[in-house]
Amino acid sequence: MCALSVAGCSGVQSALDPAGGDALRIYWLTVIMTVGGTLIFLLVTGLLLYAIFAPPERRAWLGSRRTIVVGGLAFPIVVLSGLLPYGLIVMRDTDVPMPGALQVEVIGEQYWWRVKYAPEGEALEFSTANELVVPVGRPVTVTVTAADVIHSFWIPNLGGKVDMIPGRINRLSFTAERPGIYRGVCAEFCGDQHARMAFDVVALEPTAFEAWRAAQAKPAREPDHPFLARGRELFRAGGCGSCHVVRGTGADGTFGPDLTHVGSRRTIGAGQFPNNVGTLAGWIANTQHIKPGVRMPSYGSFTGEDLRALAAYLESLR
Amino acid sequence: MNVPERSEAFDPREPELPNPLPRPAGEFEALEKAWEAPRGLSFITAVNNTYVGLWYVGTAFLFFILAGILSLIMRVQLAAPESDLVGHGLYNQLFTMHGTVMMFLFAVPAVEAASVYLLPNMQAARDLPFPRLSAYAYWAYFVGGLVFFCTIFFGLAPNGGWFMYPPLTSTKYSPADNADWWLLGIGFIEISAIAGAIEIIVGVMKTRAVGMSLDKMPVYSWAMLVFAVMIVIGFPAIILGTLLLEMERAFDWPFFIAERGGDPLLWQHLFWFFGHPEVYIIFLPATGMVSMIVPAMAQTPLIGYRLIVLALVATGFLSFGLWVHHMFATGLPKMSLSFFSAASTAVAVPSGIQVFAWIATIASGRMRLTTPSLFIIGFLFIFTLGGLTGVMVAMAPFDWQAHDSYFVVAHLHYVLIGGMVFPLFAALYYWVPVASKQALSERVGRWVFGLMFVGVNVTFLPMHITGLIGMPRRVYTYPVGMGWDALNLVSTLGAFTIAAGVALFIVDFARRFRIARDENAGNVWNAGTLEWLPNANYNTRSIPIVVSREPLWDQPNLSRDVQDGRYYLPGTATGGRETLVTSPFDARPQYVLQVPGPGWQPLLAAVFTAAFFLLLTVKMVLLSATCGVLAIICVIWWLWDTDPGPVRPPVDIGGGIVVPVYATGSMNHSWWAMIVLMVVAGMVFTCLIFSYLFLWLVNPAAWPPQGVALPDGSRPFVSGALYVVSAVLIAYASRMLRGEDRRRPRAVPVLIAMALPCVAGASAAELWAQWQTGLSPSAHAYGAAVYAIVSLQIFFVLTSLIMGIYTIARWLAGRLDSVRRTTFDNTMLFWFYTIGQGLVALAVVHGFPRLTGGV
Repeated sequence: MCALSVAGCSGVQSALDPAGGDALRIYWLTVIMTVGGTLIFLLVTGLLLYAIFAPPERRAWLGSRRTIVVGGLAFPIVVLSGLLPYGLIVMRDTDVPMPGALQVEVIGEQYWWRVKYAPEGEALEFSTANELVVPVGRPVTVTVTAADVIHSFWIPNLGGKVDMIPGRINRLSFTAERPGIYRGVCAEFCGDQHARMAFDVVALEPTAFEAWRAAQAKPAREPDHPFLARGRELFRAGGCGSCHVVRGTGADGTFGPDLTHVGSRRTIGAGQFPNNVGTLAGWIANTQHIKPGVRMPSYGSFTGEDLRALAAYLESLR
Repeated sequence: MNVPERSEAFDPREPELPNPLPRPAGEFEALEKAWEAPRGLSFITAVNNTYVGLWYVGTAFLFFILAGILSLIMRVQLAAPESDLVGHGLYNQLFTMHGTVMMFLFAVPAVEAASVYLLPNMQAARDLPFPRLSAYAYWAYFVGGLVFFCTIFFGLAPNGGWFMYPPLTSTKYSPADNADWWLLGIGFIEISAIAGAIEIIVGVMKTRAVGMSLDKMPVYSWAMLVFAVMIVIGFPAIILGTLLLEMERAFDWPFFIAERGGDPLLWQHLFWFFGHPEVYIIFLPATGMVSMIVPAMAQTPLIGYRLIVLALVATGFLSFGLWVHHMFATGLPKMSLSFFSAASTAVAVPSGIQVFAWIATIASGRMRLTTPSLFIIGFLFIFTLGGLTGVMVAMAPFDWQAHDSYFVVAHLHYVLIGGMVFPLFAALYYWVPVASKQALSERVGRWVFGLMFVGVNVTFLPMHITGLIGMPRRVYTYPVGMGWDALNLVSTLGAFTIAAGVALFIVDFARRFRIARDENAGNVWNAGTLEWLPNANYNTRSIPIVVSREPLWDQPNLSRDVQDGRYYLPGTATGGRETLVTSPFDARPQYVLQVPGPGWQPLLAAVFTAAFFLLLTVKMVLLSATCGVLAIICVIWWLWDTDPGPVRPPVDIGGGIVVPVYATGSMNHSWWAMIVLMVVAGMVFTCLIFSYLFLWLVNPAAWPPQGVALPDGSRPFVSGALYVVSAVLIAYASRMLRGEDRRRPRAVPVLIAMALPCVAGASAAELWAQWQTGLSPSAHAYGAAVYAIVSLQIFFVLTSLIMGIYTIARWLAGRLDSVRRTTFDNTMLFWFYTIGQGLVALAVVHGFPRLTGGV
């Protein structure tokens, strides 16, 4: 069925396109169960049609108590006795926290993702949002919880999901085996904009990852052009710092996403729009129109040159 | 008490016709008159199962259509990515209402409704044992359900998903009334379901045709018995859960709020402990219907009757051990998950037994391809596929991908539509000739089947893929370029195909269904079971003896002899409506049950009950309380005419068998009903204690929390002693109320009157003891849990007080004596339950924290 939908199985958010060990194990379990289930389905349907349409003498053997005991009791018990241990083994080998794993904390919020990378050796800790960047080939352990309602953390290409429950701390472990860009989503209905709560997942080669991590830990870039400086001033004067952090500028509000390196992210709005000066401007000026129900009000007071400068400043925060 | 003598003349193995011809003049006319339906607008006061059953099925079908229309709107919205046809606000209400209405207002009521109509017919009883209770359940459902559905037109429909997880549905994140509509709206529908379950258990066990021993009972009766027991055990969990969430929302008692010691997972456990059995509650009656239709279509007896009964019971049992498979992603330890994974695969085995039993039956007969047969084939196809994907999601790691994605949407619709809707349509085509003057059209039926079968597969098969390639469920839109567009469009086209099939069914139904008073379409399928006997409002003219599972095949003159009045109770012994109560295992006649006729009381009580809940939802407390009081008054008015006592001496029902017209004690049908009610209450209480202990596990070092002291250790003994004293007083009154001489000792009302303040005092003392420590129900989940236990007990105490006062009033009015004492017995049973619950509550609340050293 998948082959029919023209390479529809591969994708940035597909459990049928595994990019890591856990997803691959689950994928094979899926394939085996689908093939097995299809065969059983064809068998049962076949027997049913035979029972209806075959000549009475030919189908008399089927009309007995033995059919029930063999087909309905013995056969399922045998098949399930094989399937269950297989499933339990896959469960045992999936989502296993490994020593030396990269530690990341993700907190689910209505309707975005607060991400914190733990300090490690010489690498400093830092916060970001709506994005998870991981090194290829190294185990990652994501510790999750929620700030408000129940959310769920799911990256189909890399493994299963885990619920983010306020008051509880859950853990999900996986290893990306293939560099690439993937997409994670919230998989537990969390309110108005549950449908628009996603995040980017980027798997980089280890050296590229370290470079990214080092850059993220640095404070925000200074504007190198008066236009961008104007944007920074508007950011400060507009009170944006009461909700957003931009390290190195005095903006230190933790209510909303950390914007220190917002320009380096692939998307904005929690995986909703490509990240460029246009979408940034649209988001700032008309938030409630684009994603009604988010906690950020629309800043329609920013218009024209001011709006462009502000958006350009944010875009420059790479 | 009043146990009938076992007559030597009764021998179920040799059915000699009990009553001779000719029948006395006027006997048949008296029967017809007693069962006459009310005329004109008063027809809404009818309570017998024929009317209530048909209204009930019709209303359930209405909700099916309404919820289906909601889904069509959703599918149109999802047909293209980034569609702005329906905004997020409306969409979130649409999917919540679609699920809620389908599960609570269609699925369970439809199968319950079918049994209200069919069960008495199939067992040759004249009516259900408590017709006014079914009428009450129906009207509460009708009024409450319609008002609940209308909330979507006002933007007030619940929008937290049909499983309403807190904290999203707590006040902080859902401040408006929408969530309250769900909590209070569904609340009284749960009451309807429980009333129906009590009725079915007593009906199946106590009102069967003579000689219909348990192993000759139709499989449908077995299925409904398991269904009813599952409701009794499973529904209390959600009743309690909705109570707790409503108390959290209304009074800020933080059961599910993590910051104050609560836990969102508590809701999930309560909800799914109900929620998983719920789907088998929906499925098993459908399998019961299939087990009746297949033998008739194949014109051969069912193969593997005992295995099927075993499978039904096994499914019922096992289904209570699976609920955590809805919580595989919540971070529970793998060890726990493996247990539930194993149990979830095990439950596939009894379903397999049933499927192969039907295949074997079909193989041993000659299956005619009628419309019911086509729907059965469709059911087997679709349900088998759904069951196989069910085994897939039982594997926890696979579920970690599939959970909350469209794969699960596909699975659940395959099992629910395949497992329940298709059998329901088969049942409609099959049994309409019992209720209607004309059968439905076979030709149109093929088209209905074809459209629905193709439609279901086109809609839901692609969703397996859609889910695995990443589309989560409950999303009002999805991005362009994910590869989901074509699959969603196909699903939408399929949905409209299903709608076309259903619409065609409605047209044919409107053209052909005409309620038959006494001339139905007849046994058009040549089926073998008793619902195909000639029947009218009184069901059959006389109550037959059966010697096998297919009486109409094995006793060739049965129809004629039943119609001629040759069997038991061919007229009316008391001049009013009656049915025969038989023993639970062998179905020997025990007594004649005087069955109530039409009345306004159940209808008014239902309307006021619905009004009570609905007004409470919009916080019109005074008006709501008034309606509540009126509801109680109507119930008392209704009860006043019950418990008629032996209005005449024991009657000869035929064949020399003489049975009384009244019985008390453990043989009495309302005693059985009270026992079942006590099990329901016990389950609610058990779930509450579970919640208390669960919250302790969440707060092991702070139970009670810092700064909270337990009441002094002597207090529970004071309350306990008062409870015990009140129980002793009631027990003593019961002793006084003995003797065949219909005595009315003055001691009885005096003892009851003394017991009233004792039980009230016990409960008040406990409340006072907790209050004096300064315990607050809103500061921490500990206080909330303690006060929840205390409040539940107060509710039971208040009910006991009302029942006690009512019993005293019966005595004063001369309607209570040592023979006519069913009312007293019911009050006594409820009283003992209340005392027992009170004592356990005291032990837990005062003893447990001391035991765990939290003090």
